[in-house]
Amino acid sequence: MSKKTLLNSKEINIILHRLACQLIENHNNFENTVLIGIQPRGTFLAERLVEILKDDYKIPSIEFGQLDITFYRDDFRRRDAPLEANKTNINFIVEDKKVVFIDDVLFSGRSIRAALTAIQSFGRPSDIELLVLIDRRFSRHLPIQPDYRGRQVDVINEEKVTVHWKGRDGKDAVYILNK
Amino acid sequence: MNQLSVQHLLGIKHINKADIDLIFKTADHFKEVINRPIKKVPSLRDITIANLFFENSTRTKLSFELAEKRLSADVINFSASQSSVKKGETLIDTANNILSMKVDLIVMRHPHVGACDFLSKHVNARIVNAGDGTHEHPTQALLDSYSIREKLGSVTGKKIVIVGDVLHSRVALSNIYALKLQGAEVKVCGPKTLIPKYIENLGVGVEPNIRKALEWCDVANVLRVQNERMDINYFPSTREYTQLFGINKKLLDSIGKKIVIMHPGPINRGVELTSDVADAEQSIILNQVENGVAIRMAVIYLLAEQIKRN
Repeated sequence: MSKKTLLNSKEINIILHRLACQLIENHNNFENTVLIGIQPRGTFLAERLVEILKDDYKIPSIEFGQLDITFYRDDFRRRDAPLEANKTNINFIVEDKKVVFIDDVLFSGRSIRAALTAIQSFGRPSDIELLVLIDRRFSRHLPIQPDYRGRQVDVINEEKVTVHWKGRDGKDAVYILNK
Repeated sequence: MNQLSVQHLLGIKHINKADIDLIFKTADHFKEVINRPIKKVPSLRDITIANLFFENSTRTKLSFELAEKRLSADVINFSASQSSVKKGETLIDTANNILSMKVDLIVMRHPHVGACDFLSKHVNARIVNAGDGTHEHPTQALLDSYSIREKLGSVTGKKIVIVGDVLHSRVALSNIYALKLQGAEVKVCGPKTLIPKYIENLGVGVEPNIRKALEWCDVANVLRVQNERMDINYFPSTREYTQLFGINKKLLDSIGKKIVIMHPGPINRGVELTSDVADAEQSIILNQVENGVAIRMAVIYLLAEQIKRN
């Protein structure tokens, strides 16, 4: 198995700041915007972005939640190993709010499809955007594209993109693994 | 472990500690789901479930039906009182006729012990036991333990006393199995005629005095006196039962600590519990009902997970 570094911690830091600035450009002070991290891996990215927006760009308050999509997936009873659910933590209503979904890697688009269904349990958002750190081009199964992307990559299906986070895995890095 | 070790939920006797932990963990997620503005997930969209109730039930039937609907399953209901059972149809025939309509999972309550076990060997569907005679009522035991875990943080090492008609109670037997699996201490308390012989063999103690039982325990699970299952008189009068084994506020306040009061319902107010105890702050009877939906969603979800699509 080979492991190639796609992004190092310095590059990730620059990308996170750019994504934060792009969010500010469209959402000002986040008065009517909520950020939703997709469980499990999207929540780390969301937490980092919220941290940057609060500390470096002085956004006073941001509504931020975590959404688990396990019960909304379209591959229930079709997988060999059952999936384990994660916590959903949304203690607000998204009715008429601008929602930004945040996930680490966009691959087939099926997770985002599930998230689009899941979020309806919390109200009808005025609009929904998608932010991803890594956009795997040419691998989509559904017509879903990100509004904000960290880096676009072309990798073949056998390759796996994994994102490591400082707080959880020791350091920030994005790797491409080849089986 | 994220898969059950069994294909049917016939009784707590057939499952292990890891299964209970998995069910509780899954129920935590479903409890969050049923407290959302929209309390429904689409997981079981293509699963059909038949609720076969050969014996009366309100709470359990409603709870199962709600759990199934919250998971988006298609539900058909059947009550023995309005069916061909009255015309002499056998259990297997009834079930197979229903299965021909492409049912994936059966939730069954039956007055005879072992009916679910029997059915599971003869029909091709997943079975959930919703109470078989005086034998087991696994989902009730799971929701009872789940409610204790929610209130006290854990079941392990807790002292639980089961009060009342243990002889006729499927809730008692399933609870004893479930609590022992999780490492709790269990005692039973009630009239000697309503405590089964050799119950000590299950690893539970017998305490004939209600005051001593309450002083010992952290949780009292109070059962209903099941007059409908009694062919003879097991105690002289309801009045005497209430005086010897009924729990009132005065008794509860006099034991010098706050214990948790549970009841599987329906309550006979003024018999096993007085109204002020049933409605007291330390009673978690209504929490048990809410948790019942989450637990049943978890059980059905985990069993349905195993029905692979081809």
